[in-house]
Amino acid sequence: MGCSTGCWVWSLLNSSIGKKTVMAITGLALFGFVVAHLVGNLQVFIPDDGKSINAYGHLLKSKPALIWTARLTLLALLFAHVITAIRLSLENNAARPVGYQVKNWREASYASRTMMISGPLIFLYVVYHLLHFTVGVVHPKFDHEDVYRNVILGFQSTPAALVYIAAMLMLATHLRHGLWSLCQTLGINHPKYTPALKAGSTVVAAAIAVGYISIPVSVMIGILK
Amino acid sequence: MKLKLHIWRQKGPKAQGKMVTYEVPDASEHMSFLEMLDVLNERLIEKGEDPVAFDHDCREGICGMCGFVINGLPHGPKQATTTCQLHMRSFKDGDEITLEPWRAGSFPIVKDLAVDRGAFDRVIAAGGFVSVNTGAAQDGNAIPISKTIADLAMDAAACIGCGACVAACPNAAAMLFVAAKVSHLNLLPQGKPEKYARARNMVAQMDKEGFGNCTNARECEAACPKTIGVEFIARMNRDFLTGSLFDRPEGTGGGGA
Amino acid sequence: MELKANIPSGPMEQKWEKHRFDVKLVNPANKRKYTVLVVGTGLAGASAAASLAELGYKVKAYCFQDSPRRAHSIAAQGGINAAKNYCNDGDSVHRLFYDTVKGGDYRAREANVHRLAEISVNIIDQCVAQGVPFAREYGGLLANRSFGGTQVSRTFYARGQTGQQLLLGAYQALERQIGLGAVEMYPRTEMLDVILVNGAARGIVTRNLVTGKIESHVGDAVCLATGGYGNLFFLSTNAKQCNVTAIWRAHRKGACFANPCFTQIHPTCIPVSGDYQSKLTLMSESLRNDGRIWVPQQKGDKRAASQIPEGERDYYLERRYPSFGNLVPRDVASRAAKAACDEGRGVGPGGLGVYLDFGDAIKRLGENNVRDKYGNLFEMYERITDEDPYKQPMRIYPAIHYTMGGLWVDYNLQSTIPGLFVLGEANFSDHGANRLGASALMQGLADGYFIIPYTIGHYLANSKLDKVAPDDPVSKAAVGEAADRINKLLAVKGKRSPDSFHRELGKVMWDNCGMGRNAAGLQKALQRIPELREEFWKNIAVTGSGDEFNQQLEKAGRVADFLEFGELTCTDALHRNESCGGHFREEYQTPEGEAKRDDENFAYVAAWEWKGVGEKPVLNKEPLNFEIVHPTQRSYK
Repeated sequence: MGCSTGCWVWSLLNSSIGKKTVMAITGLALFGFVVAHLVGNLQVFIPDDGKSINAYGHLLKSKPALIWTARLTLLALLFAHVITAIRLSLENNAARPVGYQVKNWREASYASRTMMISGPLIFLYVVYHLLHFTVGVVHPKFDHEDVYRNVILGFQSTPAALVYIAAMLMLATHLRHGLWSLCQTLGINHPKYTPALKAGSTVVAAAIAVGYISIPVSVMIGILK
Repeated sequence: MKLKLHIWRQKGPKAQGKMVTYEVPDASEHMSFLEMLDVLNERLIEKGEDPVAFDHDCREGICGMCGFVINGLPHGPKQATTTCQLHMRSFKDGDEITLEPWRAGSFPIVKDLAVDRGAFDRVIAAGGFVSVNTGAAQDGNAIPISKTIADLAMDAAACIGCGACVAACPNAAAMLFVAAKVSHLNLLPQGKPEKYARARNMVAQMDKEGFGNCTNARECEAACPKTIGVEFIARMNRDFLTGSLFDRPEGTGGGGA
Repeated sequence: MELKANIPSGPMEQKWEKHRFDVKLVNPANKRKYTVLVVGTGLAGASAAASLAELGYKVKAYCFQDSPRRAHSIAAQGGINAAKNYCNDGDSVHRLFYDTVKGGDYRAREANVHRLAEISVNIIDQCVAQGVPFAREYGGLLANRSFGGTQVSRTFYARGQTGQQLLLGAYQALERQIGLGAVEMYPRTEMLDVILVNGAARGIVTRNLVTGKIESHVGDAVCLATGGYGNLFFLSTNAKQCNVTAIWRAHRKGACFANPCFTQIHPTCIPVSGDYQSKLTLMSESLRNDGRIWVPQQKGDKRAASQIPEGERDYYLERRYPSFGNLVPRDVASRAAKAACDEGRGVGPGGLGVYLDFGDAIKRLGENNVRDKYGNLFEMYERITDEDPYKQPMRIYPAIHYTMGGLWVDYNLQSTIPGLFVLGEANFSDHGANRLGASALMQGLADGYFIIPYTIGHYLANSKLDKVAPDDPVSKAAVGEAADRINKLLAVKGKRSPDSFHRELGKVMWDNCGMGRNAAGLQKALQRIPELREEFWKNIAVTGSGDEFNQQLEKAGRVADFLEFGELTCTDALHRNESCGGHFREEYQTPEGEAKRDDENFAYVAAWEWKGVGEKPVLNKEPLNFEIVHPTQRSYK
C-alpha cells in the first residue's frame, strides 16, 4: 500500500503520541528561549549602570532579519504548543464524559494536573509582558532606547512586580512537570538516569524562577536602581 | 464494623445513574471487599431489591475482571492490590465509602459498577501478539534471552487488563495498558520482527477507541495492581516514534519492486 | 451404549504418529466452508480457536467473561510440565508418561497420556515463540523447577503466574485471528444448550449476558472447553463463575459423563476465615519445594508456631514418605493434612490448618532468594491473612481445586455425541483419578494446539453434514426450551438467593463427597440433594428480569445444574467401591491409611448416561488396559 510522505507525517502528527511529541519538542524549544532570555536579562546585574544590557538590546534591534526570524519562530512554536495543548485537552475531556464524584490522587503531582491552568496563565502573562516591556503600552514611562530604565521603572510599580513574580512561579510549576514530561514523551526514561532527570527538572525549574524573580526583587528592595 | 456505602447505581448502558446509600452494619475485618458486597447483596435479595452488579471472577487478583473506584482510588486504598484482594481491615468502623465504576468513554457502563472493556481486546487484536502459527516454532532454547530482559518483559506481561490505569488517569488514557503489551513483546527477540508495526498499530487502535492522551501524570503506575511502571510508556513512545520516522514502509524492502 | 475409545493400534510410542497419518485431511480450500463453534476461551478453548482459524476454518468463540483473557486458566500459578530433559536429570517422554499414569493412580487411558507426554515438548516451543516470558537462567536458557509427584525438574514457569502467561499467549493468538476476521468472538455470552441435528452436534443456544437475548448459533462441529466443575462444592479455588452448565447441558443431550467423583483436593490453600467466605485461594504447590509442612506433636497445642521447639513438631510428610517428603502428590498430601487435623493437631482458627514453614529455607537460601522465588505468593498470603510469612509459618488447608472427571471422550476428544468435542479440564481424559501438578496447563494446550486441529478435520472429512439454518425448527425449539427455563427461574419469586442454595449444596458435597467419602455419607447426600433441588424450584429468588444484565439469573441457572450434577457425582462416588487418587473411600484403605485400589473390579472409566432428572443414570464402562505401566500400589515412601 503506497503512503506518501505527507500521509505518514499527517497520521503521525494526529496520533496521540505524535501530538505529545509536538508538545515535547515545542516545549523544549520554548524552554531554550526561556533560558536564553534569562541569560540576557541577568545582564541587568552587571554594575555598569545598564550599559551592557542596553548594548545587548541595541545589538538585537540592529539585526531586524535575525530578530524577526526569531520572533516568528517563537510565535510558531508557541502557536503549535498552544493549539496542540487545546486539541489534547479537548480529547482528554471527551475521553471521560462522566467524571468521578470523589477523586483522590496518589502520584500525580499538582504541577502535572494543572498544566492546563499554568499554561494559559503563562500565555496571558506573555501577552501582558510584551505590552509591558516590548511594546511598552502598559508601561508607565517606556523608552525604546533604554532597556535598563524600563526594567527599573517597570518594577518599581509593586503590582507589576508581583504579577511578574507570580508568573515566574507559575512558569516554574509548568517547567517542573514539563521538563521531566518531555523526556518521558520522547522516550527518555531509564532506571539509571530517571531519578536524576526528575530531580534535575525540579532544580532547573526552581533555578529559572529564582533567576527571573531576582530582578524585580532587587528592584523592589533597591539593589537595582 | 459498621459502614455506610455510597454506590453508583445504573440500570443499563443508556440509563441515568445515581448514587444510592446503603448501610452494612456488621462487616468483619477479615472479609474481602467483595465478600462485604456479597453480604450486602444477599440482604438486598432478601428484601426483594436489585442487588449491586459488579464484575468479579477469580477473586485472587489475577483475572482482572474486578475493579471499581473506592473513595476516588481505583481498586481502593491499598497499593498493588486488586479490589478482590482488598480486605476490610483497610477500613475503620464508621467509614463512609464511595463506590463508582471506572469512568471512561471507552468503557461504557454495563450496569452499576460493571463496565465494558472490549476496547482493550481490540487494541490487542491490532498488534498485541507475535504472528506465529501453531506448529511453526523452533526449540524453546534455540534463542537465549538474558535474564534481565526476560524479567523485564515479565514485569510488563504481568498486566491483568483490569483497566485501573484508565480509571486513574486524569485523562482516561490507556497508555500504560498498551505500553505494557508493546513492551512485553518488543523486548523479546520473538517480538522484534514486528516491533515497530506493533507499536504503531496498537497506538492507532488505542486512539481510535477514544482513550485520552497521556500527560505523564504517572497516576496509572500508582494505581496499577501489578505495579507496572511508566518506564514502559517511554519505551513505547520510543518504539512508536522510531517506527513512525524511520521504519521502512511496507513493500520497500528491495527485490526489484 | 458402546463406548468406542478409538485408540490407534500399534506400539504405544507410535500410536499418535500413526494416527496423524491415518486421519483424513480437509483440503485448505474446503476448510473455510466449515464453521466450528468453540465454547470457552481458557487455555484449551483459546488455543483451539486460534489454531483452527489459522488452518482456515471459520471459528466462532464464546465466553461468559467480559474478555476471553479472563478464563480461569489465568489463575494457574506453578508451571507447565514438558519432557525436555533440559536439566539432564533423566527425564524423557516415557518418564513423563509413566509419572502421569502412576500419579493418576492407574485410572487414565495410557494412549492419551503417552500422546500428552509427546506433545508436551512442542507446547513449550510454541509458547516461547509466542513470547511467553518463561523464567530464564543467567545463561539465557529456560529455567526448570521440580513439582509434586515427580523426582525430576521438568516444570517451566513464569514467576508464580504461569497460567496467566500461557493464557495470554493463547489469547493473543486468538485476538490475532479475531483481528484477521477469522474468528468471531462473543464475550459475555453463556452457552445454555447444544443443538443436535440427526444426532450430531450442530450448534449451541446462547444467552447474551448484557441484553439477555437468547439465540442459536449453528455450525459443523462444537468444541466445549468450558473447564471444570469444582464449584459444585461452592468453596473451591475456582473462579466464582466457573460452572458445570455447558457440559451438563451436553450430558443431558446424550454426552456421557465420566468419573465425576474424581475431584482433586489441593493441599496448599489458605484456610477458611468465616461464614462469609466466598472462595478459597490457592498457594502454588511449588511452595512445597522449599517449604516444610508440620503440625505440633501434641493435640490441641495452642502455642504460637515460634514457641513450639523443633523436637515437638511433626513434619508428618517427611516422616511418612521419606523419599518424596513434602513433594508427595496432591491427594496424598491433602489426606495427610486432613488426618493430622482429624487427630486434633490442626492449627489456626477451628483447628483446620497445618503449617507450611519457610524458616529453614530462609536460613539456607537467604530471605532474598526466597523472595525472588516466591515473593508474589508470600505477598498474596499476607494480603489475605495479614500475617507475614517471612516471620511466621503460613497456615494451609486442602481445598477443592481441579476435577479430573468430565465428559467422556474418545482418543479424538469426541464425546458420545458425534461432532461434540471436549477439551481441557472439561473432558475426563488424561489425569485418571489424580492430576499431577503443572499438568493441567499441559493438557489444555495439548488438546487445543496440537490434537483438535487434527481430529476435528478427520471428523469433518468423514461426515456428510447438511446445511443447518439458524432458524431451523430444531434450533428454534432449543432456543424456546432455554427461554422457558429462564422464565421458570424468574417465575418462582421465592425467598432464598441462588448463593444460599449453592452454599448449602456445597456443604453437603464437602461433608459427604469431599476429601474422605463413605457409603453412609454418600447415601445421605443422595437423599438430601433431591430435597434441596425441590426446594430450589419452589423457593428460589431471582431478582430483576431476563432481558438485562442479571448476575443473579446467571447464578441461579448454574446452581440449578449443580443441583442435578451433584447427585451424579455422589452416585459415581458411591458406586466406586475402592479408593484411588482423589477419590478416597474410607472403607477402602490400607492399615497405614493409604488408598486401596481395586484393579480387579474398578479398572474402568465410569461413563454415565443421562436418563432424566431424579432418574437413575445408566453406567457404561470403558475398560482400561495397561500395556506399559503395570498398576502397582502407588508408593511415595
